[in-house]
Amino acid sequence: MKLVEDNLRKHTFTHLDALESESIHIMREVAAECRNPALLFSGGKDSIVMLRLAEKAFRPAKFPFPLVHIDTEHNFPEVIECRDKLAADLGERLIVRSLEDSIKRGSIVIKDESKPRNPFQSVTLLETIAEFGFDACLGGARRDEEKARAKERIFSFRDEFGQWDPKNQRPELWDTYNTRVHAGENIRVFPISNWTEMDIWEYIGREKLHIPNIYFAHEREVIRRNGNVIPMSHLVQPKPGEKVEIATVRFRTVGDMTCTAPVESNARTVEEIIEETATTRITERGATRMDDQTSDASMELRKKEGYF
Amino acid sequence: MSNTTQLLRFITAGSVDDGKSTLIGRLLHDSKSIFEDQFSAISKTSEKRGMAAVDLSLLTDGLQAEREQGITIDVAYRYFATPKRKFIIGDTPGHEQYTRNMVTAASTANLVVILIDARKGVLTQTRRHSFLASLVGVPHVVLAVNKMDMVDYSQERFDEIVAKYKVFAAQLGLHDVHCIPLSALNGDMVVDRGDKLDWYKGPALLELLEKVEIDHDVNTSDFRFPVQWVCRPQTDEHHDFRGFAGRIEAGEVSVGDEITILPSARTTRVKEISTYDGKLQTAFAPQSVTLTLEDEIDVSRGDMFVSADGTTRCANAAGAGVPSDGPLPQTAGSASNVSGAGTHFPKVRKEFEATLCWLSESPLDKNRKYLVKHTTRTAKALFSRLDYRVDVNTLERHSADKLHMNDIARVAIKTQQPLVFDSYEIDRATGSFIVIDEASNNTVAAGMIA
Repeated sequence: MKLVEDNLRKHTFTHLDALESESIHIMREVAAECRNPALLFSGGKDSIVMLRLAEKAFRPAKFPFPLVHIDTEHNFPEVIECRDKLAADLGERLIVRSLEDSIKRGSIVIKDESKPRNPFQSVTLLETIAEFGFDACLGGARRDEEKARAKERIFSFRDEFGQWDPKNQRPELWDTYNTRVHAGENIRVFPISNWTEMDIWEYIGREKLHIPNIYFAHEREVIRRNGNVIPMSHLVQPKPGEKVEIATVRFRTVGDMTCTAPVESNARTVEEIIEETATTRITERGATRMDDQTSDASMELRKKEGYF
Repeated sequence: MSNTTQLLRFITAGSVDDGKSTLIGRLLHDSKSIFEDQFSAISKTSEKRGMAAVDLSLLTDGLQAEREQGITIDVAYRYFATPKRKFIIGDTPGHEQYTRNMVTAASTANLVVILIDARKGVLTQTRRHSFLASLVGVPHVVLAVNKMDMVDYSQERFDEIVAKYKVFAAQLGLHDVHCIPLSALNGDMVVDRGDKLDWYKGPALLELLEKVEIDHDVNTSDFRFPVQWVCRPQTDEHHDFRGFAGRIEAGEVSVGDEITILPSARTTRVKEISTYDGKLQTAFAPQSVTLTLEDEIDVSRGDMFVSADGTTRCANAAGAGVPSDGPLPQTAGSASNVSGAGTHFPKVRKEFEATLCWLSESPLDKNRKYLVKHTTRTAKALFSRLDYRVDVNTLERHSADKLHMNDIARVAIKTQQPLVFDSYEIDRATGSFIVIDEASNNTVAAGMIA
C-alpha cells in the first residue's frame, strides 16, 4: 500500500518539490563546507520558508548555524514577535544585532529618524559578520524580486569590504558550488534564488507555516502619498493637509516601517493571497518598497555596498 | 496553479542582433507575465530613447552597466508560469567572449532555444551555440528562426535554413531538435500563432515549452547518492541516529536495498529513508533525503552510495586497488562499465579523461595543482595531458599547451584521491566537475568526464 503511495508521489513530483530539494541541497552544502555559517532571519515570509527548509535539511539534528537578525528597529512589532516565537519554538539560537549599536559606535550617522534605514543595514551586517567571524550568510533573497538579484549567483562571493562585483562573479555550473573563501571574505548564499513570490505562498500554504498576521488583510490607519498607501506608525505621521483614513490592507513584504507600503486587499487566508498573487499586475517590490522606486539601480547600488 | 506543475529550465542563445532579448520580452509579455510597473518603467525608457514602440528587450537588461552599454553582460534568470508549467529562463549573452556564460547557464537547462536571424541563416555563432549545447548535454534543442517578418514569412526560406541546420545538428549528435519560424517583434508564433505563418503546422514556442517531455532527462535507472552531510544529532532522543544526508542524483532506492559504498566498496543495506515529513519506502532522483544503514560502516562526505546489484565487478575493480599511476583506459568504460541489463556502474579512479571548458582569465598552468570538486568530493588535481583544443567555430582540433578563457579542450587529469564517476553522457551529475584555483579560490574550469 505504502509503495503505491510512493509511486503516486513520483508522478506528482511538483515544481515545489523540485525547488525544495534544490534548496535543501544548497543548505547542506553550506553546512558541510563552510567553517562558520549563519542564517539571516528577519521574521518575514521568505526567511520563515528558509527556516522550514533548514528543518528539512538538518532534522533531527540542530541547525549547524545560528539565526542572525539585523534589526533596523524600524520593524513592525508583529514581525519581531513572530521572529522571537519561531526561534524559540525551534529551539535554535537567535543573535540580534541592532542598528542602534552601530549608531552608538558612530559607524552609522542618522540625520532623519523618519527616513528608511535599509541603506544602513549593510553597516551593521558587516560589523556582525566581523564580530562572529561568519564566512557564509544564508539569506532568503529571490531572483524574481529585482533586476540586480536576477543576475546574482546562488553562492555570491563578497570581498573584504562586503562588496558584490556583478561583473566579476564566479561561474556557477550544475549544482556544484564553489564555497571557498579567503580569511576575511565571505559568501552570501541564497537557497531560494529560484523561487518566485507565488512559490513562496504556495509553500506557506502547503507547509502550513505560521507567518506574521500583517501579511493578511486587516484594517489599518493609512495616508495616501505619491500614489502609495503609507501605514501610520510612531515613525510616520501625516504631513499638513494629508488625511488619515482606515483602509483594509495587507503587506506583500515586511521591511522598514517607513518605506514598506501595504496593498489594499481583502485576502484573509493563504488561499486568498495565492489567488490574488496569481492575478496581480504589480510586482512585489514595485507595490511595496518605496526605497526601490527612487532609482532604477537602487538595489544594485545597495548590493555593491554590502547589502545582502 | 495546479499541484502537479512541472519545472522547465531553458536558456536562450543568440547574438545581440538576433532579437534574443526581444524574444524573451515577447514571451513574458504575451504570456501575461509582465507587471504594470515593469511595463511602465520600460515604456518610459523607450520613450526617453526616442523609440516609436515599447522596446520589450529592456525587460531583461538588468544592471546599470548594461543599460548604459545596451548589452547583456551576464547570465540573468527570469521566471514565469503558465497553468501547465513553471519556467526558469537563463538569459545568456551572445558575445564571443562569453562562451563561459552559455556553458554556465546550459549546465542546468533542460532545453536551449537557439536563435537565428531568418535573413542571415545558419552562422558561425549558430554552430558555436549548438556545439556548446551538445557539449553540455542539453537534452532538447529549439531552433527559433526569428525575424520571419523580414523575409516575408517565406516558407521556402525557413525550409532552407532548417535543412541546413539539421545536417549540422545530426553531426553534433543533437537528437531532439524542433524548428519554429517566428517573429519576436510582431509576436508571431511565440505565444500566439498570429496569421502570417499559417503554412507552419507545428506548435508555437510557448506551446512547445509547455509540452516537451522532460521526465526522462534524469537518469532513472542507476542509483547514485553522493553523501553530502552526516547527520548525528547526539541528543537523548536520537542518541544513536547516524544518518547520511544527500540528494539522489540518479535512480531510486528503497528500504532494504543492498547498496555499495564507494570508494571503499563495502556493502550494506538501507535501513530507513528519513525525511522531515516522515519515513519513505522508496525515494528517487532528485529528492534530498537522509539514509540510515543496517551496518555501522565508516562513511563520510564525498563517499557515494550506489546500487549493489551488479556492482560486484565495479567493486572488484576498486578493491583491487585504484590504479594510481597506470595508463588511462583506452576507451571509456573498458574496465568497469560492463553493462548488465542496461545498467551502468560507476568507475572509481584517480585518473580520467575529460572535456574541459576553461572559464578563467588566467590560463591553465600545467605545472600547477588545482582542486577538482566532483559531486561532494574535492581533491587536489594535476592536468597530466592536454590532448587537443577544439575550435568552437569550425570544430577542428588543434594541439594545445595552454588553455585560455573560453577554450574547450580534451585533457587527462590525475587526482590525489579516487573519484567515483560516470561518463557525463550517462549522468550529468556524476560526470561533471568544476576546477578551482586554490590561490584565487576562483572557479576556473568546468569539466565533463568521458
